[in-house]
Amino acid sequence: MPLYHDEDQAMLADTASSFMAEEGNIAKQLRHWRDRDCKDGFGHDLWKQMAELGFNGILVDEADGGLGMGHVEAGIVLEEIGRNLTPSPFLTSSVLAATALKHGSDDLKGRYLPGLVAGDSVFAVAIDETAKHRPERITTRAEKSGNGFRLTGSKSFVVYGGSADMIVVAARTSGADNETDGITLFAVPKDAKGMSHDAVRLVDSSMATHTKFDGVELDGDAVIGEVDGGREVLDAMLRAGRIGAAAEGVGVARGAMDRTVDYLKQRKQFGKLIGEFQALQHRAAHLYSEVEIARAVTIKTQQLLDAGAESADMMTSVAKAKVAKTARLAVQEGVQMHGGIGMTDEYDIGLFMKRDRALAEFLGDAYYHANRVAELSGY
Amino acid sequence: MSDLEQFRMETRAWLEANCPAEMREPVRDEDDVYWGGRNATFKNDAQKAWFDACVEKGYTVPAWPKAYGGAGLSAPEAKVLREEMARINARPPLSSFGIWMLGPALLHFGTEGQKQRFLNEIARGEIRWCQGYSEPGSGSDLVSLQTYGEDKGDHWVVNGQKVWTSYADHCDWIFCLVRTDKQNKYQGITFMLIDMETQGVSTKPIKLISGNSPFCETFLEDVKVPKSYGDDIPAQVGEVNRGWDVAKYLLGHEREMISGAGGGDRTAAIGAAMKRHAAQNGDELDPVLRAELAMFDVDALAYGCMGEKFLDEIKAGKTHPAQPNMMKYAGTELNKRRHELMMAAGGSRSLEWESEETGGGKPARNWLRTKANSIEGGTSEIMLNVVSKRILELPGG
Ligand SMILES: Cc1cc2nc3c(=O)[nH]c(=O)nc-3n(C[C@H](O)[C@H](O)[C@H](O)COP(=O)(O)OP(=O)(O)OC[C@H]3O[C@@H](n4cnc5c(N)ncnc54)[C@H](O)[C@@H]3O)c2cc1C
Ligand SMILES: Cc1cc2nc3c(=O)[nH]c(=O)nc-3n(C[C@H](O)[C@H](O)[C@H](O)COP(=O)(O)OP(=O)(O)OC[C@H]3O[C@@H](n4cnc5c(N)ncnc54)[C@H](O)[C@@H]3O)c2cc1C
Repeated sequence: MPLYHDEDQAMLADTASSFMAEEGNIAKQLRHWRDRDCKDGFGHDLWKQMAELGFNGILVDEADGGLGMGHVEAGIVLEEIGRNLTPSPFLTSSVLAATALKHGSDDLKGRYLPGLVAGDSVFAVAIDETAKHRPERITTRAEKSGNGFRLTGSKSFVVYGGSADMIVVAARTSGADNETDGITLFAVPKDAKGMSHDAVRLVDSSMATHTKFDGVELDGDAVIGEVDGGREVLDAMLRAGRIGAAAEGVGVARGAMDRTVDYLKQRKQFGKLIGEFQALQHRAAHLYSEVEIARAVTIKTQQLLDAGAESADMMTSVAKAKVAKTARLAVQEGVQMHGGIGMTDEYDIGLFMKRDRALAEFLGDAYYHANRVAELSGY
Repeated sequence: MSDLEQFRMETRAWLEANCPAEMREPVRDEDDVYWGGRNATFKNDAQKAWFDACVEKGYTVPAWPKAYGGAGLSAPEAKVLREEMARINARPPLSSFGIWMLGPALLHFGTEGQKQRFLNEIARGEIRWCQGYSEPGSGSDLVSLQTYGEDKGDHWVVNGQKVWTSYADHCDWIFCLVRTDKQNKYQGITFMLIDMETQGVSTKPIKLISGNSPFCETFLEDVKVPKSYGDDIPAQVGEVNRGWDVAKYLLGHEREMISGAGGGDRTAAIGAAMKRHAAQNGDELDPVLRAELAMFDVDALAYGCMGEKFLDEIKAGKTHPAQPNMMKYAGTELNKRRHELMMAAGGSRSLEWESEETGGGKPARNWLRTKANSIEGGTSEIMLNVVSKRILELPGG
C-alpha cells in the first residue's frame, strides 16, 4: 500500500479538515469552553455533530453500527483535531474504548456502542496509577465476589473521567503487581457505587480525574474479554491509543508550524520581514523536514496496524516517540519565533505548547517509547 | 494470484538461481562495490556472475526501457524487485553515476541517438562517468562557474578547472558544466559530455581526511570537444546554453541518491548491532549511550518510512519538486550522527587506523567520510535555503 491517502481517505480528510476548521476551531471550542470554565472541558454539541458525520464510529464494526474503518481513518480525524486543538473525547472514546469494546461480549457492545456512534455517550480509560505512564504495573485489584467482582484501587490522569458514561478500567485479578498476566478489563458504568472522581484541570485546559474505586461492585458481564487474559486487549488498546495520539501530535505540530510560518511572512523588524532572516529560515526548514518525517512514520504505522503486521507494535513506539520529539520542537520554535507576542494568552501559539505537553505525556512520552524501541530491538 | 504476486514469485525464483551467496552480504565498503568502466575488474567470480546475470535481465537499471538496456519494469514491479533484493540482502550489481545521475537526465533531455548509445553503455557498465560541476571558485554558488567553451564551428574548445570530481581518475567520461555565453548567468551554461581520453583532460587526486583520495582536480586545457559524436548524438545534453535546467534536474536525482531514499541501510537502526559489537569487544553499552542509540533508532526508523513515502509519492507524481532537498538534508545529517554513535560504541577499537581487526581502520575512515555527506551534492545549508524558499515560500533572496 502506498504511503499516502487513497481517494476515499483523501475525501475523508477534506471533510474532517473543513469541519474541524469551521466548527472545531480554537475560538469556537478550546477558548470558548476554557473561558467559561466548563466542567467537561469539551462541547457536547460538537461531539454530536461529529457523530452525524460518522466520525465517532470510525473504528466500530459495521455490524455494530459503525463505519468499520481503520487506524488510517481514525488518524485523519485526529490530525485535524490536533491542528485545531479541538477538545474532544474522540481519542478516549472512539479510539481507546472502542478498541477495547471490540473484544467485549455482544451484550457489552449492544449496551455501549450505539451511544458512542450516536454521539450520546463519552467514554474514558483508566490505566495509569502513577504520574508517568507505566501500564506494565497494575495494582488496582478486582476480587471475585458472588457473580461478579469488587474493584479496589485508584487511577490517575483519567482523561474526561468525570464526563464519561463508562470507564474502561484495567485491574488485576491475579498475580503480582508487575506481572504481565492476571489483568482483566472492566467496563465500569458512570453510576457505579463506590467510584469517586477528583477532577483536575490540566495545563491544556482539558479535564482529567483521579478516580478511586472503593469496593466497587461489578457484575460478571462488566468484563471485557477474558478474565486474567486482559493484557492482550490492553495492548491492542494501547497501540490504538498511541498511534492515535501520534496522529493528533502530528496535527499539533503542523498547526504550530503553519501559524509560525505565516507569522514569519507578516512580522517586520529591522525593515524586513523576519522570514527573510536566514537564522529563522533554516530553523523553519528543519522543522518542516521533521514534521514530514513524523507524518511518514505515523501513516506507515497506521497501515501496519490495520494490516495486523508483526512490526506494528514496535513501530507504534517509534511513531509515538518521533511525533513527541517533533511536536515539542514545533511548539518551542513556534513560541520563540513569535517573539514576545508568543508568550501572550491572546495569541494561539502558546495553546499549542500546552496541548503538546499533555499529549506527549499521554500513553507514554518520547523517553518511554524510545526505551521500548530499545527493549524490543534487544538492547 | 495477481500479476504482481506472480511477478514476485518469479523474481524470488530468479534471484534464488542467480544471486550468489557472496553477493548476499551487506556492502561493507567501497571494495564491495562494482563500478564498471573501461578498465574495471571484478573483485571475484561471484561479483562477475551476479553482474552478468543482471545485465542480461536488465536489472542493473530495472525501470529503464528495454530498448536502453533496462528491464522496462513498472513502478510497482520495480518496488517488488527492490523489496525482494532487500529481503536477501542482495548487493547492487552495479554502482554508477551513470545510473543515478546522468541516466535520468538523458532519459528526460537526451536525443534518441544519445539514449541508444549512452544509456545502453551505462546499463552494461561499459563506461564509467564522473560529474564535473564544482570549480575552485564555484561550489554552493555553482552558477558562477568559469570553465569556458569557445564555439569553433564543428567543435568547442574548453578551458578551465573542475574540483572535487569524484573518481575522475577512474572514469572514462565526464558530464560537465561549461559556460558558453559569458553575458548570461543562468542561460549561458551548456551541459557537455566529454571523453576523458581527449587530449588536454588531466586529473590529480585530492587526499581526504579519511586518508583516501577518491576525488580529483580535473584540468581542461584546450580540450577539443566535437559537437557531435555521431548521427543524432550531440555532445551537449539539452540545448546549448540551457544546461542549467539539465544540471538542476540531475541534482535532484543526486540528492535523492545521497539521501539514501533509494534504499540501502545507511540510516537503518543500529542499537542492537552496537550492543552485539560491544559484547564482542568484551564490553557493554553505557546507559547514556544506549539512550542516545534508542533516540537515533527512533529517528532512523522514522526516516526509513519517509524514504518509502517519498518514493511512493514520486511515482504518483505527488512530490513537491524541492522535496529531494529535504530528504537529502535529513538523510545526511542522520547518517553523520549514525557514524558518530558507531564510533562511540566501538570505543578505542574504532580509533585503530591500520589494524587487521578494523579492516584497515574502516570504522574511522567511514566515519570521516560521512562528514562530507552534508557537503557533497549541495550543503545542508543550501538544502535548507531551498526548502525555506520553495516549499515554505519564505520571503527574500
Ligand atoms: C515576559 C516578557 C517580559 C518583557 N518585559 C519587558 C519590559 O519590561 N520592558 C520592555 O521594554 N520590553 C519587555 N519585553 C519585550 C521584549 O524585550 C521583546 O519581546 C523582545 O525584544 C523581542 O521583541 P518582539 O517580541 O517584538 O519580537 P520580534 O522582534 O518581532 O521577533 C520575532 C522573532 O524574530 C526574530 N528576529 C527578529 N529580528 C531578527 C533578526 N534580525 N535576525 C534573526 N532573527 C530575528 C526574534 O528573535 C524572534 O524569534 C518583555 C517580553 C516578554 C516576553
Ligand atoms: C566528498 C565530496 C564529493 C564531491 N563530489 C563532487 C563531484 O563528483 N563533482 C562535483 O562537481 N562536485 C563534487 N563535490 C563538490 C560539492 O558539490 C561542493 O563541495 C559543495 O557544493 C559545496 O561547495 P564548496 O565546497 O565550494 O563550499 P562553499 O560553497 O564554499 O561553502 C562553504 C560553507 O558556506 C556555506 N554557504 C555557502 N553559501 C551559502 C548560502 N547561500 N547560505 C548559507 N550558507 C552558505 C556552505 O553551506 C558551507 O558550509 C564533492 C564534494 C565532496 C566533499
